[in-house]
Amino acid sequence: MEFFKTLTLATTIAVASLADISYADTARGFAIAERSDLSDRGFGQSSVDVTMTLTNRSGASTTRALRIDTLEKSGRGNGDRSLIQFFSPGDVDGTALLSHAKITATDDQWLFLPGLSRVKRISSANKSGPFVGSEFSFEDLTISELGKFEYSYLETRVVDGVEMDILECTPAYSRSGYSRVLCHFDTQVHQARKFVFFDRGGQQLKTLTLENYRQYGSVWRPQRQRMVNHLTGKTTVLDFGRFDFNPGLSGRDFEPSALERL
Amino acid sequence: MASHHMERLGQWSAELSIRFRWLVLGATILICLGVSYGASNLKFASDYRVFFGADNPDFVANEMAQGTFGKADNMAFLLIPKDGEVFDQNTLSATLDLSNAAWTLPNVSRVDSLANFQSSRGEGDELIVEELLFDQSELTPERIAFIKDLAQREPLLDQFLVSDGGRATLVNAVLQLPADVPAVSVQATQKAAEIRDTLLAAHPDHDVHLLGVVALSSAFETAGQADSQSLIPTVYLLILLVIYAVFRSVAVVGVSLGLILLSTLFAMGIGGFTGVALTPISLSAPTIILTIAVADAIHIFAGVRGAMRKGMDQRAALVESVALNFTPVAITSITTIVGFLTLNFSDSPPFHHLGNMTAAGIFAAWILSVTFLPAMASLLPLRFAGAQTRGDSLMGRLAGLIATRSSTIFLSGITGAAVLIAFVPTISLNDQWSQYFAPRLEFRQAVDAAAPYFGTEPMEFIIDSQGSGNVTNPEFLEVVDGFTLWLREQGPVVHAFSVSDIIKRLNRNLNNEDPAFDAIPTSKALVAQYLLVYELSLPYGLDLNDRIDIDRQTTRVTATVRDVSTAETQAFIDAAQAWFAVNGNGVATVEVTGAKTLFAFVAQRNIEAMFEGAIYLVLAIVAILSLTFGSLRIGFLSLIPNVIPILVTFGLWAVLVGQVGFSIAATGAVAVGLVVDFTVHFMAKYLRAHRDQGQSVSASIRYALETAGAAIIATTVILASGFAILITSSFKFNADLGLLTAIAIIMAMVVNLVLLPSLLAWRSDTPSKNQSNPLQEAA
Repeated sequence: MEFFKTLTLATTIAVASLADISYADTARGFAIAERSDLSDRGFGQSSVDVTMTLTNRSGASTTRALRIDTLEKSGRGNGDRSLIQFFSPGDVDGTALLSHAKITATDDQWLFLPGLSRVKRISSANKSGPFVGSEFSFEDLTISELGKFEYSYLETRVVDGVEMDILECTPAYSRSGYSRVLCHFDTQVHQARKFVFFDRGGQQLKTLTLENYRQYGSVWRPQRQRMVNHLTGKTTVLDFGRFDFNPGLSGRDFEPSALERL
Repeated sequence: MASHHMERLGQWSAELSIRFRWLVLGATILICLGVSYGASNLKFASDYRVFFGADNPDFVANEMAQGTFGKADNMAFLLIPKDGEVFDQNTLSATLDLSNAAWTLPNVSRVDSLANFQSSRGEGDELIVEELLFDQSELTPERIAFIKDLAQREPLLDQFLVSDGGRATLVNAVLQLPADVPAVSVQATQKAAEIRDTLLAAHPDHDVHLLGVVALSSAFETAGQADSQSLIPTVYLLILLVIYAVFRSVAVVGVSLGLILLSTLFAMGIGGFTGVALTPISLSAPTIILTIAVADAIHIFAGVRGAMRKGMDQRAALVESVALNFTPVAITSITTIVGFLTLNFSDSPPFHHLGNMTAAGIFAAWILSVTFLPAMASLLPLRFAGAQTRGDSLMGRLAGLIATRSSTIFLSGITGAAVLIAFVPTISLNDQWSQYFAPRLEFRQAVDAAAPYFGTEPMEFIIDSQGSGNVTNPEFLEVVDGFTLWLREQGPVVHAFSVSDIIKRLNRNLNNEDPAFDAIPTSKALVAQYLLVYELSLPYGLDLNDRIDIDRQTTRVTATVRDVSTAETQAFIDAAQAWFAVNGNGVATVEVTGAKTLFAFVAQRNIEAMFEGAIYLVLAIVAILSLTFGSLRIGFLSLIPNVIPILVTFGLWAVLVGQVGFSIAATGAVAVGLVVDFTVHFMAKYLRAHRDQGQSVSASIRYALETAGAAIIATTVILASGFAILITSSFKFNADLGLLTAIAIIMAMVVNLVLLPSLLAWRSDTPSKNQSNPLQEAA
């Protein structure tokens, strides 16, 4: 009996994989991504201190201290607004980067350099570049935003001891650095747990794991994000402090003019 | 006397091998085939790093730099439009296609091209960072004019990715090839060739060449394979023809072929078991083994022919010849094995591989020539056609000449040798790796095609700011900037760039493009903030650690230089270090790395390492010859005919060619081990007549020349022609090694047949001859 069940299952999978990417898989994939996105709705704003640890192939490492303030997205096509303040290394203390994320278009960015005491708008179509020397690119920082990919459901299985839905995510942004991403969402609390990135040549490039999830009211946040670059052997770990969901910020704090007042 | 025991041992070996010939044949073939199984472990080393020992300080520095700044393994596409104009719709479109295709290379981490170059400019309070070319539709005449203008102003493009005058452009891909996977370079190069072919189909009015470290590493493998496909069959054919010409016997050719094949299989098997990497250098082992195995076979078959002509039957002739040649074959095998094993002193692992594999082959040839050879030869009917050679009468005339004119011959010979040896110091060492490859190889053609447009060799200057975080110190950056400007004025340098270029550009960009800000800012904090801006603007695959280490203590300045000689490279490195001694201001020191630097010192390091090896080799040869002839004085005397030919060869090379690569380091050890053969044969015969039979010096010389002379000449012809065939190798290293060794062998023949006997004759002519003759005393 067991044998026939296995056989039936195997045949089903074989037939399903033959049938190109079916509409059902696409719909299911989107539903899983949307469910994860919905679980994050309504957090409003947050502020968190982050320690970024960069390690190279030979094991040398350096850390950077920064704070990320986030204002939840409003309206279609927009992502969250974020303000990143750099504290260390000491020479960059006071530098701040403001981003108005767009889901599939170029982000709006402004930078404040204390050494120049001026706000500079940065126009760059480049979201695939690394974020301040880390293995994270700008597009990775907002990876969980719904709509960044076309989603297709692949399978559900246990990965790293957790049952996960695995989707094949194809970047919607034409200048993405990736050909595809394997997105893993756990089936319990529907949070993103793991992303496996493939480069434009189809080769596995990086793996991002989101660890130590903690519940703040209705929303979940990973306290650690670890990115491993398989090609260069470099890793970046982001360690998050306690998320403050009531930092008392307003929309005006996320406007370019606010940068000079920091 | 020891040699009588040895003769009996030889006789015993031959008789047993013939009596139990089926057993001996089966056993030797089975053992060699069994060992040859190890050859399945042999793999091509497709990485230029294989040429450097793990302890080589230049190599260690290079690996350290690559650990800090990332590996510099690149595949560069050189795109040359046939109309000589890069800045038109056609070629820019081809550049964009090539740039996008390069992202599909295996393990690619980064692509740099005119198309994806991130240009930055300041407009008021806006910093605009954009790719020069993202989409074919952007190729308007205005955009083309903008790109052309920028490419000629931007230090990161001009003469680096676009040639002077815009006649050619490069698309450079950085690959992170895993070290533990075989043939990765070759696979990457094949993929690059597919990309090239696709591009040429769409843009036929262009030429595309593949350059870079990955193409270089792949070329080492291609060269090795080309050699094993053409060189080895050629040498087999030639040697078999020579054997046939000498003996006119198909059976002799057949037995010799069996001996060669089994020795080679054994050697390759041992190589596989001991972790030998196949390189163009280690792949010359089969050619050398074949040559030496043939020399063994010729000695024995010459003895068989002599004995059969005297009326012996085949079996008795075989036994006698093996018995008589048992000692000479053993001694020459041992000295040659010692010579090749000396290559382990070298700094370059491929030399170790060549030495060990060849030594194993010579060992096999030695054992097989006294077991397999008589067993196999006893199965076949040996008939020697053709007249007896006239070598004996020639040797008789030579002996007569030496008897009457010994002092004249010796003194003029030694004077001629001294004059040539005086030229040895004028030899210049040159290791331009590009020149290692024969012009018929694709990689060499690519390097030659690039020479008019670009520098082909990156040299890395690792500049240390003497403390963590000091790279952003403006005082340090001024030194880096000064050095970068100095580099651009140097003859070999085509292009140079450094982090100071980036800082200066950003300072200008963020100050409304005011030319007054085209300088290093005076505030350390502002420099650090500029670096943050730079990091935020970097494209996919590029990070700051490519220029500055993670600790911000060191930065690297890259100069792309022309394919200049080793001497010019060394002078350039010295000048750079001298610049820092004067201008470093105590805030900066420099270390020079990169493949070009490694090759610039590879010859010196190998010669120094081999010099130590040579001392041991000389001591070993003196010990072996002293034991053989039962006299320490004869052991030392024998050095003269073995060292002089090598030095004369180097002198002759200095006069005729002038330049040599690091192959010269191997030549001495290889040649000495081979030519000791001649001295052993000559002295053995001379001493037999003079010491054992009490004949006069001149009669003994005549006997020695008449009995050993023909064999020495035949061996010279075989060995010299075998090594000379290496001239046709696709790898210049082998060609030089082959030619040098061939000349050394011919020189050794002359010295042993003319200079050594005239020295012996001249010494015996002096008044106090009975007391002072070292050979008599030794007896």
